[in-house]
Amino acid sequence: MSLPVQQLWLIPALPLAAAALGAVVSRQQRALAAGAAIAAMALAFLLSLGTLLTALADPAAHFAHNFAWFQLGDAPLRLGWLLDPLTALMCVMVTFVGLLIFIFSTGYMHEDADFKQFFCFLSLFAAAMLGLVVANSLLLLFICWELVGLASYLLIGFWFHKPSAAAAAKKAFITTRIGDLGLLLGMIWLYDATGSLLFFDDGRGVLEQGVLESLVAQTTVGGLAVSTAIGLLIFCGAVGKSGQFPLHVWLPDAMEGPTPVSALIHAATMVAAGVFLVARVYPLMAVDQGLATAPLHALSVIAVTGAITALLGAVIAVGQFDIKRVLAFSTVSQLGYMMLALGVGSWVAAIFHLLTHAFFKALLFLGAGSVIHAAHHEQDIRALGGLRAPLRVTFVTFAIGMMALAGVPFLFSGFWSKEAILHAAHALDGSGALRNLGTAGQLPFYAGLAAVVLTAFYMTRLVAETFFGPPRSEAAAHAHESPRSMTVPLLCLAVCAILLGFLGTPWWPWLQSTLDPAFRSAPGGAGLMITSILLVAVGLGAGWAVYARPPRSRAAAGDPLENPAPRVFRALSHRLGFDELYAATVGRWQSAAAALADALDRHLWDGCIRFLARFGEFTGLVTRETDEGILNDGFNATSESLRTGGRTYSRAQTGDAHGYLRMIGLGFVLLVLAVLMGGRL
Amino acid sequence: MSRLPLLSLLVFAPWVGAFLVAIWRRATPAASRLLALGFSLSTLALSLALLPSFDPARTAPQFAERHVWIAPLNVHYHLGLDGLSLVLVLLTGFVAPAALLASWRLERSVRLFGALFLLLQGSALGVFLALDFFHWFIFWELSLVPAFFLIKLWGGPGAARAAYQFFIYTIGGSAFLLAGFAALFAATGTFDFLQLARLGADGDLAARLGGPGAWWPTAVFLGVLLGLAVKVPLWPFHTWLPPAYAEAPTGVSMFLTGVLSKMGVYGFLRLLWPIFPAQLHAAAPALLLLALGGVVFGAWAALRQADLKRLVAYSSINHLSYCLLALFAVSAATARSAPAADAALAALNGTLLQLFNHGLSAAALFCCVGVLEARSAGRRGLDDFGGVRRPAPLFAGLCGLALFSSLGLPGLNGFVGEFLIFRGVFGLAPAAAAVACLGLLATAIFLLTFWQRVFHGPTHDATAGFRDLNAVEVATLAPSIVLMFVLGVYPRLLVDLFNPLVSHWAGHLILP
Repeated sequence: MSLPVQQLWLIPALPLAAAALGAVVSRQQRALAAGAAIAAMALAFLLSLGTLLTALADPAAHFAHNFAWFQLGDAPLRLGWLLDPLTALMCVMVTFVGLLIFIFSTGYMHEDADFKQFFCFLSLFAAAMLGLVVANSLLLLFICWELVGLASYLLIGFWFHKPSAAAAAKKAFITTRIGDLGLLLGMIWLYDATGSLLFFDDGRGVLEQGVLESLVAQTTVGGLAVSTAIGLLIFCGAVGKSGQFPLHVWLPDAMEGPTPVSALIHAATMVAAGVFLVARVYPLMAVDQGLATAPLHALSVIAVTGAITALLGAVIAVGQFDIKRVLAFSTVSQLGYMMLALGVGSWVAAIFHLLTHAFFKALLFLGAGSVIHAAHHEQDIRALGGLRAPLRVTFVTFAIGMMALAGVPFLFSGFWSKEAILHAAHALDGSGALRNLGTAGQLPFYAGLAAVVLTAFYMTRLVAETFFGPPRSEAAAHAHESPRSMTVPLLCLAVCAILLGFLGTPWWPWLQSTLDPAFRSAPGGAGLMITSILLVAVGLGAGWAVYARPPRSRAAAGDPLENPAPRVFRALSHRLGFDELYAATVGRWQSAAAALADALDRHLWDGCIRFLARFGEFTGLVTRETDEGILNDGFNATSESLRTGGRTYSRAQTGDAHGYLRMIGLGFVLLVLAVLMGGRL
Repeated sequence: MSRLPLLSLLVFAPWVGAFLVAIWRRATPAASRLLALGFSLSTLALSLALLPSFDPARTAPQFAERHVWIAPLNVHYHLGLDGLSLVLVLLTGFVAPAALLASWRLERSVRLFGALFLLLQGSALGVFLALDFFHWFIFWELSLVPAFFLIKLWGGPGAARAAYQFFIYTIGGSAFLLAGFAALFAATGTFDFLQLARLGADGDLAARLGGPGAWWPTAVFLGVLLGLAVKVPLWPFHTWLPPAYAEAPTGVSMFLTGVLSKMGVYGFLRLLWPIFPAQLHAAAPALLLLALGGVVFGAWAALRQADLKRLVAYSSINHLSYCLLALFAVSAATARSAPAADAALAALNGTLLQLFNHGLSAAALFCCVGVLEARSAGRRGLDDFGGVRRPAPLFAGLCGLALFSSLGLPGLNGFVGEFLIFRGVFGLAPAAAAVACLGLLATAIFLLTFWQRVFHGPTHDATAGFRDLNAVEVATLAPSIVLMFVLGVYPRLLVDLFNPLVSHWAGHLILP
């Protein structure tokens, strides 16, 4: 069964229809809403497999179907669908992971009063993400991109009666919108420079050779190539959505949503969107690599941002106590890896890691959800413990996810995709700009290596604290394994978290060569692989030594790392103070600006008007005094002077209509001001 | 079709309604309301009836009616409808009945309210359809009178002052407008917009306006500009707006923001730009800064408002400033190059879309604040509510849609217009587009703050018994909400009506 590109819209349309149905049915029709959402997702998954078959038949082709949205002058503004291996693989991943999360949610959200609304929003989320993936137009992508933002807003704030959830939802929307404004500017610049927003359009699309060459040939402020400037603006959008430094602050707060939402945000949708965007417009990002003299290359900025994010997320994760927050910062860190891969020129490695990460991170979050569900919504790892025995399936699958994330060699998918990234960052084949920097160009690579140790360390800490040692609270002591609807998705994801890695090993890089037919696996690199295996071993060993020998005995006990360096640890727990920093700078600037605007209105502009009113009042007064004091008393004198004045004034009667009208106008104004305004304002 | 004076019917049907409502003294309040609503709906019915015979490809005014009125002064009764007028007439058709429905619960002087409201509606339609300055100005000024009384008599505690300020400020601006046109008439002997525009395009106008010196055409231009700038309002001539919108009763706020605020922009497009292209071109860089001030300061000031109606009022200033930003960017452009023409086309299409979209979403937002007021004995502070989504999920959903439409969420109507405006402005004045992004961000912040403070958080005593929307309220909001979806997904429904006209403008009015 294959699906032609003309029918590609069906994939996002199915969950969208389920969302619409979910919006109109009554609250009591829970089974209908959930059933429709799951059925739509399952069908979309089958269709996605169909598109994958179509795409695999000719991996080098970009099948596009474009259509006019509306007419702008004589030229239509066009949107379109795109089918290539990248789209097809993303569709399969989003629908499959999404389907499992949907099934898990039927169990997890079973007791929630707004059950049907939850599935409505979930379907909207999936639909927006799928629309983004199949778009052949940056505008359509942007539309879906914003709808992803809306759906995440609704879902993060799903428990809206909690003020923290409502605040987190707003924070996520606003923070990502800051990045989105960059994307918007980049998009309109691209539109202005090329007259099109279609990716592929028979040689005229913005990702095709002719247009790219013209973009890189023009320069703009600071000697940047136009393609670099547009690329960086578009990257701003990815920074916001994919939680990159410095806009990563919303992602950990997004934990306020129900756990399946976290899984969806961190795995299949939302954060994946930014990485996907950069991978999609990769030709635009990379085209300036040919400019030896450019002051800045888009890819270099992306690589450095990714490296900082990878390291930063891993460092902060060490100091978190909330099971979901540890995972959230691990997502920040892993997204940094993906950006690093894009920046060093290996977008296929980035997508490989995006796909493997989607499965093992969904697994970890759903596992965390299972723990939280079993432990009566206890999320603090200090208060958990000893869950290995009661939650057998959850423990085994969570451990698989943990090992995939930590990069435990050979059996787990995360190892292979992370290896691919580290190799690319080391070789720098795709980024001549970074390679020309020499040792400095290797810094992102070393940041990536450092994050490997930390990742293994904090994941060991998480597992040791959660599942080992004695139960440290009532809730943990009475935990029971979750129902089948929750454990079966865990098992499916665990299997994928293992198997998926074998699609992209250095010996059989099927995934890489499917995505990019020009892909050649880099020779050698055994030394690097051994190094990173050793680093993983160090991280695991250190984590085990610190947190499992002996395991924590009481919930109130301090963290083993807290005693040697209390201030450092506290800084980590407080996420290095980014929120405080932003509140003290951007937040304060914004309230100052608002106060300024308000004060201008109340005092300056309204003051001017009040002054005019007073002036009118004054004129009125003068006129009245003149009338009564001078005109009446001096009537005789006046009439005398009128006789003489009349002769003088008669010279002013020029018969010029302009002059009359001017005076009429002026008189009218004064009259209006004097009569109506005087004394009233 | 052309035999029937459809446009006159459009304009005067509400006035006939006003007359009937006023003289039917024994009518029950319910009957008066229904009668007023019926006549208010005439606009929608008539405009939909003439829609099939409207030909978007013809850029000249259609269904024209032209009769000699005051022969010695060369004054004609001249009505005509082009894409620009049509959009605004349709908008009036949608907003006016909704505004009347939102006033359904008013118990005081129902007949007078209905009559004044219909007078207001007819005057607004007259402004959108008149092509001769003489009666255009009569409609323009007449619209102030019912608006003044509607605000003053049915408004909140500060209504008297707000209504006075609104009336005096706008009439003060109009005096300059009138003086400017008097000078134009003295120089050209005509009040006809089309003839004046022809003279303006040829550059003859400045020559005929010789007058006392070379500065005279500029002075006339500034007079007309001032009158329109106050009406829109262009920042910083906007200080009358927040109190007027805030103090007016809900339905009147809806009509003021939905329809009356469009009169100013309409004046810019119909009068100022065609008649004074060279002067506007010269002034445009400075005006661009003022429009930018409206975009940015309007949004920032909204961040600071604790009164929900003032918040929505400031968002109106921000949204209308996008329209002016686009217009000024277009008139500031000098090059007649193909990319600039494309950008101008996008900006102007966006402007017209934005006019309609803002009318829908801002009116819907005022309606939502009115629902809040009706259930809380008139309170409308940002912090007076909380957790309303729990007892009133339908209201929360519809209000949320209106908010997201207003902040330009793709998929709803607001986005298309804003995207086109930004695309156009970026092509003509990139820095202005970049700065205007600050306004987009602040808009998102204050609208989400609105939603969060009112609907989210725990439900407390004051909001626990909050009733969800009743049938009348649903009927008020639902059509707008449906249109928001339809126009967001299928904007061609509206764009096709004015795209040829806008192409014509973009092709003719950019200076060489």
